[in-house]
Amino acid sequence: MFMPLVIPVRPGQSASGERSQAIPDGASQDAAPAPSRPLPAAQVATIAQLRARIARIERSHDAAAPARSLPLGIPAIDQALPGGGIALGALHEAASAGADTEHAAAATLFVAGLLARLDGPVLWVLRQADLFAPGLAGAGLQPNRVIFVEAGKAVLAVMEEGLRHAALAAVVGEPAGRISLVASRRLHLAAERTGVLAILIRRSASFDDPALATPSAAVTRWRIAVLPSPPALPEAPETPGLGRARWRLDLTRCRGGEPGSWIAEACDAAGRLGLVPDIADRPHPSRLSA
Amino acid sequence: MGSKGLRPFAGPGRSPGLPLVTVTGRTLAAVDAPGLRPGMTLALAQALVPGLVVRVADPAGDAAELARLAQWCLRYAPLAAPDRPDGLWIDVSGTAHLHGGEAALLRDLVERLAGQGLRARAAVADTPAVAHAVARYAAGGVVPPGASMPGDLPLEALRLSDVVAAELRLMGFDRIGPLAAVARAPLVRRFGPLLALRLDQAAGRVFEPIVPVAPAAAIQARLGFVEPLATAEAFCVVIARLVAMVCADLERAGQGARRLELRFERVDGSAQALRVGTARPVRDARHLGRMFEERLEQVDPGPGVEAMRLAVAVAEPLGFVQGASCLVGPAAPDLAPLVDRLVNRLGESLVYRIAVVESDVPERSVRRTGVLSPGGSVCGSACWPADWPRPVRLLHPPQPIEVIALLPDHPPVSFTWRQVRHRVRHADGPERIAGEWWKRDREWFLVRDYFRIEDDDGRRFWLFRRGNGSDAGTGDMRWFLHGFF
Repeated sequence: MFMPLVIPVRPGQSASGERSQAIPDGASQDAAPAPSRPLPAAQVATIAQLRARIARIERSHDAAAPARSLPLGIPAIDQALPGGGIALGALHEAASAGADTEHAAAATLFVAGLLARLDGPVLWVLRQADLFAPGLAGAGLQPNRVIFVEAGKAVLAVMEEGLRHAALAAVVGEPAGRISLVASRRLHLAAERTGVLAILIRRSASFDDPALATPSAAVTRWRIAVLPSPPALPEAPETPGLGRARWRLDLTRCRGGEPGSWIAEACDAAGRLGLVPDIADRPHPSRLSA
Repeated sequence: MGSKGLRPFAGPGRSPGLPLVTVTGRTLAAVDAPGLRPGMTLALAQALVPGLVVRVADPAGDAAELARLAQWCLRYAPLAAPDRPDGLWIDVSGTAHLHGGEAALLRDLVERLAGQGLRARAAVADTPAVAHAVARYAAGGVVPPGASMPGDLPLEALRLSDVVAAELRLMGFDRIGPLAAVARAPLVRRFGPLLALRLDQAAGRVFEPIVPVAPAAAIQARLGFVEPLATAEAFCVVIARLVAMVCADLERAGQGARRLELRFERVDGSAQALRVGTARPVRDARHLGRMFEERLEQVDPGPGVEAMRLAVAVAEPLGFVQGASCLVGPAAPDLAPLVDRLVNRLGESLVYRIAVVESDVPERSVRRTGVLSPGGSVCGSACWPADWPRPVRLLHPPQPIEVIALLPDHPPVSFTWRQVRHRVRHADGPERIAGEWWKRDREWFLVRDYFRIEDDDGRRFWLFRRGNGSDAGTGDMRWFLHGFF
């Protein structure tokens, strides 16, 4: 019954809200936002006004809390996200890429790192109990903040139940298989009403399950791919050991923003992502081509 | 009519078998030991029975406990009464068949009392007097209908005072049978009317009422309908009214509901019940109403429901709490309503928190606790050691893998899991976790060596080898995949 509004939000650019279906692995050819020349101030103000109006139209009329967001802490990514971060009171999706799609370890750590930087209790709705709480604590999400629910097939219903409680900081769900647009829209509306962050961790037994790429009402959709990490001691590469893991964060869909792809260091013990030191200064591939 | 005699003061908090007496002053009030009787001096009793456990008699407390036990006995029949100091009456007329007959009822009663730590003897008979006598001075059990007082019981079975019994013994009576056979008039002249009354009660010629305890006032509300209802909307309206009535009663009593039962009485005489429980005492009408409304789909209205009854099965005290003051900021969020609804939908075992257990064995380092239990929320900084990274997903049980590795303690070079070979690019380890020999004898020598490894794609795994790599006594040197980072 609802369709997400598709409105061009930047001048000189086609309606691209739905262009965001799964990006192929080499996401570099898919342009990240890179305006070639700065806009005049008046135009910037007009755009900001229009954006605010669109946001008001898109939000359901009884949305209580003003829109807030949780920055990822990496300026390049935060600038690409409307609102400067992961919007609270909205539905987001995260999935792992490749062989990790089944266990979604990287996506889980990414989500745990986000939640670690929020305050308040978290409802984590599981389909099967393979989550290991010490691992979450290692990403900064302490176990006393998390309520686990094993919901079997009722993951989405339990998530919606949780999203009606403004006392929660976030609701995380791990549903199986395809999720209809209506079901995801329900979750998004429930999250919008209470301002609770809703995150779906999409898992699938097959690598490139098309079910994970079907349209949904999620505001952002992330694919977390693991990358080979550099040696623990760059100056002595032969030393055995394990350094900080490295991820490629693919923003494959972003309502009101542009998809993009970034390389970052995995969450630390406080849930913060890190800039990759050896490529931090490298220009983005899309900027090279522009 | 049934009666039962409880062995005096056998209760929890005392190991069975030890001789026990209670005393008032220096004399015994009640005994549970062979060779002793009430009225003895304590010194004599202690000389006769070594190791005697002595407690001060508490008649008022015993009477209160007996009354509480009589309340409990209402589960068998609507009329039950305490028979001080050590007995209970239950009028099972017309209710014994509900429990499978009189013999089955007695067995059930005695077993349940034994479960509470009470040794009881019970008897069923036509009259209270016979039941009383058979329970205390014979083997108990079911006295067949129509049978009168067994004549071979001692005189005390007639509930006579000690003085009267002693005088009757002097006259040569020591059993009930001969006493009942002699002429009544001289006995009444000598001992008063009580003896005749007891004999008449024993023979069933005089009715002997019991004064039943009143059932504890349960908070409930019932609404009957002129027309049978069958739609969910109608039920919702009724639920809202019933819950409002019950909540008003709960507020008056200063209590909150922990368990509620909603009964749907159908036109065809059958009934269905919805039961909900709450994590803490609740009298919030909206919350309780929603919990029932969510479960409405389980109700089959059939030809229609003509009445609904909401009863509070378990209630606990619930006072008023002060709302948050604006000086200290917003109140801590209350998750109880959410938890109640999830628990009612999924069951208590599926909604939980994880608590820290001090164990190095990964599977044993977590424990599920209730969401609102204090143990689950005061973890604070006492967490798992942060310098040993743990995977975020754990395989249960660990999956066997094939590994190429240099013994004794080199990390793997490659491993094969699910027929896919992963070449190891970086590795960290071993982290040696020894068996908990102080808890389990079988784990005296057992060892697991854990490695964190990263394959060519960058995926990170948690592998372990059973055994320390050199000594076969520490494990069979097989490799397992245990988790993912």
